[in-house]
Amino acid sequence: MSGRRVVIGFGSCGIAAGARNVYEVLNSEFKKAGIDIPIEPTGCIGACHREPLLEVREADGSSYLYCEVDEKRTREIVERHIKGGEVIDEWLLRPDYPYFSKQKKIVLAHSGVINPESIDEYMAVGGYRALERVLREMTPQEVIDEIKISGLRGRGGAGFPTGVKWSFARASKSDKKYMVCNADEGDPGAFMDRSVLEGDPHAVLEGMIIGAYAIGADEGYIYVRAEYPLAIERLKIAIAQAEKRGFLGDSILDTDFSFSIHIKEGAGAFVCGEETALMASIEGRRGMPRLRPPFPAVKGLWGRPTNINNVETLANVPAIIRMGAAEYAKIGTERSKGTKVFALAGKIKRGGMVEVPMGITLREVIFDIGGGIKGDKKFKAVQLGGPSGGCLPESLLDTPVDYDSLVATGAIMGSGGMVVMDEDTCMVDVAKFFLSFTQSESCGKCTFCRIGTKRMLEILERITEGRGRMEDLDELEELAYKIKKTSLCGLGQTAPNPVLTTLKYFRNEYEEHILNKRCPAKKCKALIQYRVVADKCTGCTLCARACPTGAVKGKSKEVHYINPDECIKCGLCFEACRYDAIEIITGESISASGSNGDNEKIYVGGER
Amino acid sequence: MEVTTDINGKEFRKILEKWKGVKGSVIPLLQETQELFGYLPREAMVEIARVSGNTPSEIYGVATFYAQFRLQPVGKHIVKVCHGTACHVSGAELLDETLESELKVKMGETTGDMLFTVERVACLGCCSLAPVVMIDNEVYGKLTGDKLKKIIRKIKKGEK
Repeated sequence: MSGRRVVIGFGSCGIAAGARNVYEVLNSEFKKAGIDIPIEPTGCIGACHREPLLEVREADGSSYLYCEVDEKRTREIVERHIKGGEVIDEWLLRPDYPYFSKQKKIVLAHSGVINPESIDEYMAVGGYRALERVLREMTPQEVIDEIKISGLRGRGGAGFPTGVKWSFARASKSDKKYMVCNADEGDPGAFMDRSVLEGDPHAVLEGMIIGAYAIGADEGYIYVRAEYPLAIERLKIAIAQAEKRGFLGDSILDTDFSFSIHIKEGAGAFVCGEETALMASIEGRRGMPRLRPPFPAVKGLWGRPTNINNVETLANVPAIIRMGAAEYAKIGTERSKGTKVFALAGKIKRGGMVEVPMGITLREVIFDIGGGIKGDKKFKAVQLGGPSGGCLPESLLDTPVDYDSLVATGAIMGSGGMVVMDEDTCMVDVAKFFLSFTQSESCGKCTFCRIGTKRMLEILERITEGRGRMEDLDELEELAYKIKKTSLCGLGQTAPNPVLTTLKYFRNEYEEHILNKRCPAKKCKALIQYRVVADKCTGCTLCARACPTGAVKGKSKEVHYINPDECIKCGLCFEACRYDAIEIITGESISASGSNGDNEKIYVGGER
Repeated sequence: MEVTTDINGKEFRKILEKWKGVKGSVIPLLQETQELFGYLPREAMVEIARVSGNTPSEIYGVATFYAQFRLQPVGKHIVKVCHGTACHVSGAELLDETLESELKVKMGETTGDMLFTVERVACLGCCSLAPVVMIDNEVYGKLTGDKLKKIIRKIKKGEK
């Protein structure tokens, strides 16, 4: 790995932002100039908001990370830095960039550093050494004890202690056991597992192999979403490489331990994140959960003892073995050890993958790392745990990130989605958004989950359309309680959480919708109206051309007018206007202006 | 890619052969069949049932349970508008409206010329680039209605 090289962030975000183009331009520039420096891909560097990222690594070990690299910047970097040796300061993302400041990288330590398609690079940073140590020096029981000491808890959401889970599977007597990696990352707003799989697939494999050794499994499955083609491709490459080097297959490292891994592509069903549904899906059936017990550790895949861990959980395992459980347990809080990876997104200045020590506060993550709210608007809420989680208000921003503190608020740690919302987000709409998701993803087995969520959704729709009643709020709470009580699996048990937390912390917004027919964030279509601000309109006609229904009337250079009867409130005119001349009104202002308000007079006046 | 629905064709037979007798093969069978035909023709599902030892109703049950599977032919380009949380709060709805007005279809439908199928998807996992749209296998981020319109028009132009 010596010598000068150029590394490009080739995670899904990087590619979407244009990394391939950067690679091609760089390649052709190098060819033209006869430069022979290797260009290598790496996984997610984490700073997704500054993609595409390109790093020049010098032979002396120094490195320079350039951000927002487009074609022009690429050419200039070649000219000035690669050829001329000049560092272009203003495009650099320095290590002291505040985004990186409070992070602690264990799971993401190699992502964005190594080439995820090279097993040699993984091994050069200590990869597969944990597996070697485990197979040569430790008994399966010792491995389980080590994981127990580390305090590692499941990163998929519920936070069950991993070592304890493994000990259950180990205790089951059977000639056949399965080790499964759950990579069916279905929470909208979450992309941690994708980044880990794309950036450091071997770490997940190594964790899985160690787990298989601990519980006594000889066959494994990685259940990964088909929507993640890049992650699947990199996993396939990694599995083939590991097989070739003898880390997978028969007699691993010349011991009598054998283990093989298959990839199963999920076909798109959120409920398959639930263990028993996931197993049904691997077996080729509809992914419907079943009653537990028997737990998978006793009777799982094809009736055999099965252990299921999430991607991030498994990626922690090799690091724990390498650094020692006691050392790992020093990170975090008393009951939540280690780090947590979050996908920071929404109305945030600096979004991307962040890995933080447990115990850090939400405020630190959102404001110190994420830089606060985009466009310096006002923070309203942070959503944790996706459809199973909740929305927390400003007053709870000093809550530490650990399993128990977050559960106490009504949200959950969840798998790591952290979506930040500003004053323009309607909390009733957010609750409706999540509920419509869980309602359509409910497998239909349990009555309250199937019908109760539907009834809740209808109530929420009613409220956002201005037809709500105050009794609706009690009814929502009652249904929520019953759905939680009577659902078989985690989907139903947690589906009401987004509604319950918004009712708890943002009740006034529900009341505004019901009592004043007003959507404070101006999002709910039935309660808003678009209107031209007469003194700002220049008559440029952009809005009229953007309007799909012809609701915007007016001639060039004359003040325009929006006919509320034709307007479908799509917002395209609002987006098109460059003069802030279209405003959204809600509640009393609508009735005050009337459907034939001042605007029409102005319009008529304009025509004259 | 030329789309055929010849269930007696060599390629479909090859898929059936490959998964014969493999446990848990129904979903990969359906996935590869859809890859071949672009959707799941009824006759293909009947064949899969026969080969995998299931009833056609069981296969239909699986095919309709998972979001990935389609029972209708799709357009040449599949436009998926992400409706994950981050995209939702960043204006995914507006992108739906843009597509609907630009292509004169409703979400979930295919244009008359079979060029575009537009649909909403749960989350593409590119949240920091919200709002995003995936067209075929390419992800476009930080979109506005206007940017999306230009992308669609460019694809249309390339087809002429």
